[in-house]
Amino acid sequence: MGSNGKIIRKKDLNFWQRMYIPEIAKGLRLTITQMFKPKVTYQYPDEKFVPPPSFRGRPVLVEEQGVERCVACGLCSRVCPALAIEVQASETELEKERYPIKFEINMVRCIFCGFCEEVCPEEAIVMSNEYELVFTSQEEAIFGKEKLLTPIEKLRPRLEWLKNNR
Amino acid sequence: MATEIVLISLLKILVVVLTILTCVVFLVYIERRVSAFVQNRVGPNRTGPYGLLQTVADVVKLLMKEDIVPRNAYKAIHDLAPIISIGVALSTFAVIPIGDTIELFGRQIKLIIADVNVGILYILAITSLGVYGITLAGWSSNNKYSLLGGLRSSAQLISYELSMGLSIVGVLMVSGTLQLDKIVQHQTTYLFGWLPAWNMFLQPIGFITFVTAAFAETNRLPFDLPEAEPELVGGYHTEYTGLKFGLFFLAEYANMITASAVITTLFLGGWHLPYVEYVGLSSFILSLVYVGTFCVKVAAVMMFFIIIRWTLPRFRYDQLMNLGWKLMLPITIINVLLTGIVLLILH
Ligand code: SF4
Ligand code: SF4
Repeated sequence: MGSNGKIIRKKDLNFWQRMYIPEIAKGLRLTITQMFKPKVTYQYPDEKFVPPPSFRGRPVLVEEQGVERCVACGLCSRVCPALAIEVQASETELEKERYPIKFEINMVRCIFCGFCEEVCPEEAIVMSNEYELVFTSQEEAIFGKEKLLTPIEKLRPRLEWLKNNR
Repeated sequence: MATEIVLISLLKILVVVLTILTCVVFLVYIERRVSAFVQNRVGPNRTGPYGLLQTVADVVKLLMKEDIVPRNAYKAIHDLAPIISIGVALSTFAVIPIGDTIELFGRQIKLIIADVNVGILYILAITSLGVYGITLAGWSSNNKYSLLGGLRSSAQLISYELSMGLSIVGVLMVSGTLQLDKIVQHQTTYLFGWLPAWNMFLQPIGFITFVTAAFAETNRLPFDLPEAEPELVGGYHTEYTGLKFGLFFLAEYANMITASAVITTLFLGGWHLPYVEYVGLSSFILSLVYVGTFCVKVAAVMMFFIIIRWTLPRFRYDQLMNLGWKLMLPITIINVLLTGIVLLILH
């Protein structure tokens, strides 16, 4: 393939292209000019990448006025292709009547597909922009409610993005 | 007198081997940095200032690693193969003139370890031994990918050895000697009174074919089929770990240094810096300048090796063989003929 997308056959090459050496020189010029182009690397631990709202980081539960939005319908747990979510429902005095007494996501299993976010009827579980996940044991990787609950203010960009793009 | 010669030779060997080993450390660093720059990355820059100690850290890591020998491997040969590789890689340097003579402690010392009169033949002979290291490593690992890597490498080295030898013939005809320092001496003259008589200008075709063959002999891209990561895992060294893997790695880079040194010596005027003899430096300083020139030229050739790696894609196996037998061999033979005819007309 040439740079313009046309297929180049061997018989179409002219004499100098067949000699190979001038073409190598052209290639060398390209690589050498690349050497002086600006670098694209983030110096990671010093300089962190802040993802755009469309980024699928770890799934979190939306916390509104001190309680989770989740009504423990169990749809996310049902749709999760990696079987990463476990929900146990219980009753509450609040208007929503049901709440998850236990909500766990196994972050070793999660594949960041975003299906849970897509299926949730209450917009109660969304993908955050956090991507730094480090564990030293399997148990530590199971995130309970205390780690999942995130105040809604922090999730505004993602919710906004979801509203515009779904 | 005899002990003196032995002592001086030992000293030279020590200096050269240590220099090569240190150079390898920095060469690996430079290769990684330049590769990164070509790909718009920054490369290793955390260990030490500008990441200079990265390779040192890697060496320490390699030393600490467990030495694993596969259960069905042939242990003795598995151990021997890296030793052959590194021995061959280091001993080639013995006949390469690093500079002219230097005067130290009232004594004229030639800056070459062994001034043998068949230097080129020695280099050709020793580098062809290198194939044993690779093939034996591939065979003794008892792994099909390693074996394929080893076989490919022997086929490749044998095919390109021919064109390599024939491209040197042109140089030999021009300079009329097999001794490497005589060949360099021959290149210190000037053509038409201004162009340095480097064999690169006298033998352009031989230069190109020799460089190509050198790439193939050192298993560098675009001819790194013995390793070919996407196809063969790691090629002949797949089953090696720790220090033994380190030796192969070292041999590869030492080979690259040697190849650059041979290219410099045969085609780029060796240690000679054009016009510097007219400046009128004292002989001691002149010797140092010559050594410096040699190092700079070798470094430039190595830089070329590194940048070519990111410029050309790997050849397919049939393309490699076609290039070697159908293109390089005829071209080198024609080159020998042409050189003969031109020499006949001139004399
Ligand atoms: S992102 Fe996908 S894998 Fe992860 S918890 Fe949600 S549905 Fe499961
Ligand atoms: S997060 Fe959404 S989908 Fe999952 S149980 Fe709660 S309400 Fe249902």
